[in-house]
Amino acid sequence: MRDRLNRLALNIVAALLAALFAGAVTSLILWLRGDSPSFVISQMWHYGTQPSSEVTILNSATVYYLSALAVAIGFRMNLFNIGVDGQYRLAAMLAGAFGGAVALPNGLHQIAIIVVAMLVGASWAGLVAVLKVTRGVSEVISSIMLNFIATGLIAYLMRPTILGHRSGANDITTEPIPKSGQVPGVNLISSAGTKVYGLIFLAIGMGVLFHIVVNHTRFGFDLRATGRSSSAAQTSGVSVKKMIVITLLLSGAMAGLVGMPALLGDSHSYSSITFQTGLGFTGIAIALLGRNNPVGIAFAAVLWAFLDQSAQILDINNIPKEIVQITQGVVVLSVVIAYELVRRAALARQQRRVGRALAAPAPGMEGAPA
Amino acid sequence: MPAVELHGITKRFPGVVANHDIDIVVQRGHVHAIVGENGAGKSTLMKTLYGMHKPDEGTIVVNGKQVSFSSPADAIAAGIGMVHQHFMLADNLTVLENIVLGSEPTHAGVLDVRTARAKINEISAAYGLDIDPNELVETLGVGARQRVEICKVLYRGARILILDEPTAVLVPQEVDELFANLRELKSEGLTVLFISHKLDEVLAVADEITVIRRGTTVRTVLPKEVTAHQLAELMVGSELPVPELRESTVTDIAELTVEDLTVRSQDGRAVVDDVSFVIHKGEIVGLAGVEGNGQAELVEAIMGLRAAESGRVLLGDRDISRWQTRQRRERGMAYIPEDRQRNGLLLEAPLWENRILGHQTQRPNVRGFWIDGAGAKKDTRRLVAEFDVRTPGVDVEAASLSGGNQQKFIVGREMSGAPSLLIASHPTRGVDVGAQAAIWDHLRNARAAGLAVLLISADLDELIGMSDTLRVILRGRLVGEVDPRTVTPEQLGAAMTGAAAAEEKAS
Amino acid sequence: MTVQDTSAPTETVRLDRVKPARRLRGRQLWLAALAGLVLLSLVRVITNANDITSTGTLGATIALGMPIALAGLGGLWSERSGVVNIGLEGMMILGTFFGADFAYFTHSPWMGVVGGIVGGFIGGIVHAVATVTFGVDQIVSGVAITILATGLARYLAGVFFTGQPGGGPTQSPSIPQFTQLRVPALDSFFGRIENHHWFLISDIAGLLRGLVTTLTPFTIVMALLFPLTWFLLWRTAFGLQLRSCGENPTAAETLGVGVYSRKYVAVIVSGILAGLGGAFLADFAGIYREGQTGGRGFIGLAAMIFGNWRPGGLVAGAGLFGYTDAVQSRGGAKSVHALLLLVAIIVLLVGLYALWRRRLATGSLAVVIAILVFIWYLLTKDVPIELVTYTPQIITLLVLALATQRLRPPAADGIPWRKGQGA
Repeated sequence: MRDRLNRLALNIVAALLAALFAGAVTSLILWLRGDSPSFVISQMWHYGTQPSSEVTILNSATVYYLSALAVAIGFRMNLFNIGVDGQYRLAAMLAGAFGGAVALPNGLHQIAIIVVAMLVGASWAGLVAVLKVTRGVSEVISSIMLNFIATGLIAYLMRPTILGHRSGANDITTEPIPKSGQVPGVNLISSAGTKVYGLIFLAIGMGVLFHIVVNHTRFGFDLRATGRSSSAAQTSGVSVKKMIVITLLLSGAMAGLVGMPALLGDSHSYSSITFQTGLGFTGIAIALLGRNNPVGIAFAAVLWAFLDQSAQILDINNIPKEIVQITQGVVVLSVVIAYELVRRAALARQQRRVGRALAAPAPGMEGAPA
Repeated sequence: MPAVELHGITKRFPGVVANHDIDIVVQRGHVHAIVGENGAGKSTLMKTLYGMHKPDEGTIVVNGKQVSFSSPADAIAAGIGMVHQHFMLADNLTVLENIVLGSEPTHAGVLDVRTARAKINEISAAYGLDIDPNELVETLGVGARQRVEICKVLYRGARILILDEPTAVLVPQEVDELFANLRELKSEGLTVLFISHKLDEVLAVADEITVIRRGTTVRTVLPKEVTAHQLAELMVGSELPVPELRESTVTDIAELTVEDLTVRSQDGRAVVDDVSFVIHKGEIVGLAGVEGNGQAELVEAIMGLRAAESGRVLLGDRDISRWQTRQRRERGMAYIPEDRQRNGLLLEAPLWENRILGHQTQRPNVRGFWIDGAGAKKDTRRLVAEFDVRTPGVDVEAASLSGGNQQKFIVGREMSGAPSLLIASHPTRGVDVGAQAAIWDHLRNARAAGLAVLLISADLDELIGMSDTLRVILRGRLVGEVDPRTVTPEQLGAAMTGAAAAEEKAS
Repeated sequence: MTVQDTSAPTETVRLDRVKPARRLRGRQLWLAALAGLVLLSLVRVITNANDITSTGTLGATIALGMPIALAGLGGLWSERSGVVNIGLEGMMILGTFFGADFAYFTHSPWMGVVGGIVGGFIGGIVHAVATVTFGVDQIVSGVAITILATGLARYLAGVFFTGQPGGGPTQSPSIPQFTQLRVPALDSFFGRIENHHWFLISDIAGLLRGLVTTLTPFTIVMALLFPLTWFLLWRTAFGLQLRSCGENPTAAETLGVGVYSRKYVAVIVSGILAGLGGAFLADFAGIYREGQTGGRGFIGLAAMIFGNWRPGGLVAGAGLFGYTDAVQSRGGAKSVHALLLLVAIIVLLVGLYALWRRRLATGSLAVVIAILVFIWYLLTKDVPIELVTYTPQIITLLVLALATQRLRPPAADGIPWRKGQGA
């Protein structure tokens, strides 16, 4: 237990140091262009903490959180589902078309749309799983390729002759989802005037579920064991191939949820032009930042969303708001380095502790820390 | 002037002092043996001498000059070469590439293959190494790989050779060949540091013997002054444990029956070829064979880790050929894998989670779908006490334990839940004598209680001493059965390499 | 990539001889290329889709295949030293930005090449520090670098291109380009033959005409990097040391090879090559545009895998992807429809060969795919244009599904290695 707490503390320190480092790099770049870092920070803080910004931040964080959870499921098993991006877009599009096409009573309608989204996401991820398990294709490459192919497939399916629906001059969307299938926002921050996605509660629920399944169930144990050492897991009786398939299906199903808060709570239809893209990659970054842990990911998602939102003020001050993307990139890279260093330090520290506790007549190298 | 002098060498790692106050003087032209049990710190010391890490204290003198190596390159430059216990070869490169790596003959940066080949052929001929520079290393067997390693060292002009446990994977006949090579090196004036824990080998080949115990030098003796007995006393402070079985507990109830089992590798070779045998309750069946002759594949097929092409496996009288590994484990099969770090443990998980591994569906680790952390921890504490695993607690990560303790932990875990069949692959490889004795005891007790055991080991004494029945596997086929009560290691070695069969035919 | 079948049980030393994987030698490669050309010509005659072997298509193949090949070559350097580099995409992005930036502000396309080198170098050194010095998971680092590079390029484009004519955060003004080297006499000679549309002869003339009309100095210099890489990695002492780090770094260490320094060199060169690929893209388009790389870094990695971690195979893979890209972008739906027939024939041949070699799973899978594609070809007049854009990606998946199991990555590829930690 003491080791666990120590390590948690070390990880938090590591994350803070990485954030500081990213801040320093960002400041340097700002300074090079002749901008004042302190001015930028105060502007961002001021704008980012306004009630309307807070609502936007919570909304973005909700979506980021789901995306990062989807990525984290794979990561916990050492699987890199880089395909969350394609999975959620295809899922949102088909679920949107489905939601607009059927008439169901309120309550059932939303659930049906969400289930469709999860199924679509899972099937698209399932392709990755099949290729990996039966043909030995690395999931990294195949899921990247499927992201591109998803883009093509969506464009094809959005033809007005197929599932598309012309709305306005330029935009083609899916058929709008009627009221019965929408999820109203909640008034969490009353002074803001805008509402937070109702599905924020779904995201929180998924986080809790993730924690319980991964840490407290047999399935979760097999998943973590496979992630730590697939050879040892296989020897212990885990069917690693089966785990790969199940994990990718779950990851894809979770990815299917990513588009739901916006689809059901805001746009009510999928649009090729305005529907947010690239969330899958953000999810990877946030999962890394949050150490694939549901609580860590929550903090990371809020931080990320805060940076996104508060940077909007910068353009008015004639500072490229893209500067925060550098901050985000540096923070991810430095945080993974910091976590790796912490891991090593913690292991060495524990080995010393074990050595001391046993105060053994020194065992030699062959026997020692392996 | 001595070839190598080590004075007051101390080396610390996190949590352990691997070497302290080591003093050794090695004369030029000698075969100097360094003996000690597993975990005594021999390999650490040799890595220090070879520049793979720096000592925390002490001095190294080579040929009268004090040296400080910061990498193996420095040691090589000083004329030191090392043959590692685990071969350091790249499978996908040729013998030539492996040998010249790091000391390549070049013309303006371009590899001079012709010169290299000529030099290797010359060395190979001079010392009778018999190697072909153009072959891919992946096609070579154990003995050939070792000769490539020796050639690597000689190619660099080393005058001082370190051989770390060179006989561990060799059969007695190959050991004799190796010793012939060593004598040849000695006659050329080379110095050999020979690391081993096999006392009779050491007595046969060494000019001087230094004993290491718990990380420090105990004494240096001449082989004619001591007996194996006395050496053992110096090495571990007591007699070495002896692998032996007393009265037979073999019953006539078949626990594991393997019928006509054939396993093919990906390229279609039969790596296990039509194998049939039976293990009874209370019986230990030893499987002898040179590494790479199908033992690993046979074991994996029995455990359900590898698909068999044809044949049946029966546990008791149930056909389990199509069962998953987990199902087999649930029905009483236990498995001590050969590579404990790769296949036996989650190194970065706490001990109690490692207790669950392999028993993910069984009490006390789980309740229905839920992991029962409290139950698993409690049982881990029992296991730690019963099997004498030295650890400050069950929350410690497996990586923090010594190899011997990791192995005792695995043995304890696999014995949990009253298995009816145990497959033990090299159960005492690389562990200290205390752990070795304990593991043998556990095997004997479980056998007495009716456990059926398949034992695989490269240590022929262990195999002969601990088996009720001995089978020999060669190129995937069971080629013979020998009586462990009468067979000698030499005879067994001959059978393992196929020499025995050849001799019989000849006579 | 290393993320292989993780469930493979222990492999031990074998006494029996294992047949080493067969390699395509020079002559076989030529024969394969010729056979491919005959097939293509045949398909052209059957389908009347003349563009699939036209001069323009070859020019576009080189232009579109070169960045992929350069990224793949970058992957080859890195992975031969044991470091998986999925950050190629990010390094390429830096290459497009810096290439365009340097070329625009110096009015020299050659400075664009330097810019590509600078951009790739930055990405490469970051990856080297993270993976070699700090031992971070290589895929994680690669993904992080791609995220960082995207942000960096966007920010810098905003800083440098805003206010320039036509420039802004998402694109540069138009930049000076290399000019194509033409041999006019041969151009018209081959052109006449090509226009006859004779079987095989016109196809070859089309190819040759492409060679004398579409190459730029940049293309030629880049093309030389492939034999140069082969020479450096397979014929020099340095190359042997570098490859040994990808096969068994601990063995290399024990022989005094500086594993870290070799890996550093490899990863930095890898970045530079990817950066050059980016600069090539910007030069070809005459502009930097956000998202210009379009995943070519990843496709380059696929080309490298397809080529079994060897330069020759990698060029073949990149050529394949470049070609499909060229066909789709020039001829569109009709030409791609013609390619369906070609794909059906090739996959069928692959399948029959696999069946003959008694690899039943691969063989039957291939035959089924071939039949399905053939049916698709017969039942349709064209292929949905939206999907046509992603032909290279679909081909990538198809190729990996059929070929991955025959491949031989470097043994220590993707495994973090630390000094003094080996056995």
